[in-house]
Amino acid sequence: MEITKCAAAGTMESSDVYVEIEPRETGLEVELQSVVQAQFGQAIEETVRQVLKDCGVENAKVRVVDRGALECVIRARVETAAMRGKGEA
Amino acid sequence: MRRSMLFLPGNNPNMLINGNCLGSDAVIFDLEDAVSPAEKDAARILVRNTMRYMDFRGCEIIVRINSIDTPYWKRDLDAILPQQPGLILLPKTGTAKDVQEADAYITELEQKLGFAPNTVGLMPLIETALGVENAFAIATAADRVQALFLGAEDLTADLRCKRTKEGREIEYARTRLVMAARAAGVEVYDTPFTDVNDDEGIYKDASYAKALGFSGKASISPRHVGVINEVFSPSQADIDYSYEVMDAIAMAKAQGKGAIALRGKMIDAPIVARAEQTIAMAEALGLGRSEQ
Amino acid sequence: MDTKLVKSIREAVQLSGLKSGMTVSFHHHLRNGDFVLNMVMEEIAALGLKDIFVNASSLFDVHTPMLQHIENHVVTGISADYISGGLGRPISQGILDKPVQFRTHGGRPSDISLGRTPIDVAFIAAPTADPMGNCSGKYGKSACGSLGYAFADAMYAKKVVVITDNLVEYPLQDFSISEDYVDFVVQVDAIGNPKGIVSGTTQITRDPVGLVMADLAAKVIDASGLLKDGFSFQTGAGGASLAAASFLKDIMLKKGIQGSFGLGGITGYLVDMLHAGCFRSLLDVQCFDLKAVESIRTDPRHQEISAMHYASPSSRSAAVDSLDVVILGATEIDTDFNVNVHTDSNGYIMGGSGGHSDTAAGAKLAMIIAPMFRARLPIVTDRVTCISTPGRDIDVLVTQGGIAVNPKNTELMQRLAAAGLPVVDIRELKEKAERITGKPSRLPKGDRAVAEVIYRDGTLLDTIYNVK
Repeated sequence: MEITKCAAAGTMESSDVYVEIEPRETGLEVELQSVVQAQFGQAIEETVRQVLKDCGVENAKVRVVDRGALECVIRARVETAAMRGKGEA
Repeated sequence: MRRSMLFLPGNNPNMLINGNCLGSDAVIFDLEDAVSPAEKDAARILVRNTMRYMDFRGCEIIVRINSIDTPYWKRDLDAILPQQPGLILLPKTGTAKDVQEADAYITELEQKLGFAPNTVGLMPLIETALGVENAFAIATAADRVQALFLGAEDLTADLRCKRTKEGREIEYARTRLVMAARAAGVEVYDTPFTDVNDDEGIYKDASYAKALGFSGKASISPRHVGVINEVFSPSQADIDYSYEVMDAIAMAKAQGKGAIALRGKMIDAPIVARAEQTIAMAEALGLGRSEQ
Repeated sequence: MDTKLVKSIREAVQLSGLKSGMTVSFHHHLRNGDFVLNMVMEEIAALGLKDIFVNASSLFDVHTPMLQHIENHVVTGISADYISGGLGRPISQGILDKPVQFRTHGGRPSDISLGRTPIDVAFIAAPTADPMGNCSGKYGKSACGSLGYAFADAMYAKKVVVITDNLVEYPLQDFSISEDYVDFVVQVDAIGNPKGIVSGTTQITRDPVGLVMADLAAKVIDASGLLKDGFSFQTGAGGASLAAASFLKDIMLKKGIQGSFGLGGITGYLVDMLHAGCFRSLLDVQCFDLKAVESIRTDPRHQEISAMHYASPSSRSAAVDSLDVVILGATEIDTDFNVNVHTDSNGYIMGGSGGHSDTAAGAKLAMIIAPMFRARLPIVTDRVTCISTPGRDIDVLVTQGGIAVNPKNTELMQRLAAAGLPVVDIRELKEKAERITGKPSRLPKGDRAVAEVIYRDGTLLDTIYNVK
């Protein structure tokens, strides 16, 4: 299942994360901005890629603006964006 | 034990992740009124993940799903049930048939998941005139039903009357629900008090609900949790009296007496039952007998 | 001399004899509404002076024009008790050649009075003054209440310039700083923006986690054994601290306890406690809101005190020495209870001790109130980025996930446990938070000192390095 349309999930509020997803020809491109970039930047990117893989998304462009969300929140928002991008929501 | 149950909006990460630190015996993750139609999917996944990854030991999780007349409720259950919530709060329950419909789907999911039957309890939310009139039938519609829950905001809208702090307009619903729940052998929980800043009002309202026989009370504000817990906890005098009752019973047994009086009053079975309940609750709360 | 009035700030600077390489001082009662520091520094720059050392009790975002003066070498050294992020961030990036000297609200006047940090010219922002320099913060359109931090500057600087936007006839009644210390008086249109000087009201938090912490904090005080007649108390203006004060008030009224004094930066909540009979008096070094300003102006029980009286370790005695309980904040606290309030978790300067380490040292019970984590960053760490207050002076940490007592305070630990409060080991609290947030990567430390944290006794407590 591929991303067929642009979609977004989450908010810019503290402890949340805003995720935008859009179709891309080949591969995953993850762009990350985070208030905890230095401490968790790498972990967040790994989480994003893992969730997309679990959702069966191989090709997409993802923009993540993180406001200090916990991992379970990041997972939820990425999954929601992916479902919406696949038209499954 | 559910003295207090705190509603938390299902799509608000900051509230959900801190839900177990707010002092209530249970939290109600709300997928219904607190979530707009466009965010139902997001809230469902967020609540599921919160339950999957966060440690809520010591705080029971209840999930309010969407009502069975919406397109959401089965998907809500699909996502939530694998996480084994303590209870499902079923809004706008009007008839026994509503309960049975939800029960059938939950049973189906439980089988798929390999859960023992009735692992997940059901708590119908009574918030319509029809629901109040059918309260006993609802409470006995399925073994899964563990409690009734009164929702006064929607009910007063249905009754076409104003919701007031004094709550005379819900007097009948309150007593009717307590009667129906107790007759059915299930618990019964009172509607939230909605003025967040009225500390005296919440104390009065909770005390009144306790006096009517409610087992606990819901809240929409963390500020009310402390007061509700206090009101629905046994008082030191209650605890001491309960221990005295048990002592007296033990002594009577040792002396081979059948009947016994304490403070000039015969101790009968209901008094013993109540004393046992009080002591069980006190022990759960870490409260003991006062020192003599 | 008929009058000390001069026409302009520039004339005052010239007459004061200020030269390149000298030290000027400012106080921060006008907080983020202050115009005076910027106006004075602009004149100093225009006069072509260089290499000026600025000794300010605090610096706020309104003072970012200072960056220009640093770039132009007009300002080459800074001492302050608190620096907010607007200036703190560039300082952390290394814009100054010499490290900033951080002091405390007690250490600053102590070092001034002992001659360790001599001031050539002190500039006093005065909401009301007369032509001979008697001045007060209680009156005028820019009223800020107490002028507590300015006393040491006025008493020990070689020259003192009073700058006011409300010049009244001689003699001003109910003055704070008296004419015998003042050399020049300047009248200007406005010394500050009232909106930035004091908040209309300071608000208690609505954040549920903040309320939970505040409730626990009040219960800790109740169980500490200190809450009895004669009780004295200080709290910051943070939302959770104010909520704790509000819950504490309820307990005091319920138990009929009459305290002795409320101390420090004063908010409307402490004024309410005074009116309710919780305290006999308020000792005020700085007002945080309009209610506090109104109170210090009209209520004789509400007294202005100097920073020396408040917290100086070289005073014969200071009010902090008689303090029972203080509630303080933290950006980080480590497992040895050392507290950081100077830098954020990325290492950028965004605060300072203020009275943190003074009150922690003086109070019988120094409490830190902080959430288990903020924006995914645990508050409890193995080692704080910067030691603002040493752990030996901290008694207890209150979070929503439990209360950690410093092991040195065994009596408190026993009392809290006996009261049924959720006492946990601080290391457990750290692990609990990390289970929720994940373990953060440590930041690389810079190699250049950008600030020195000088303890209240004048010794070096810690060094803050640049952020890469």
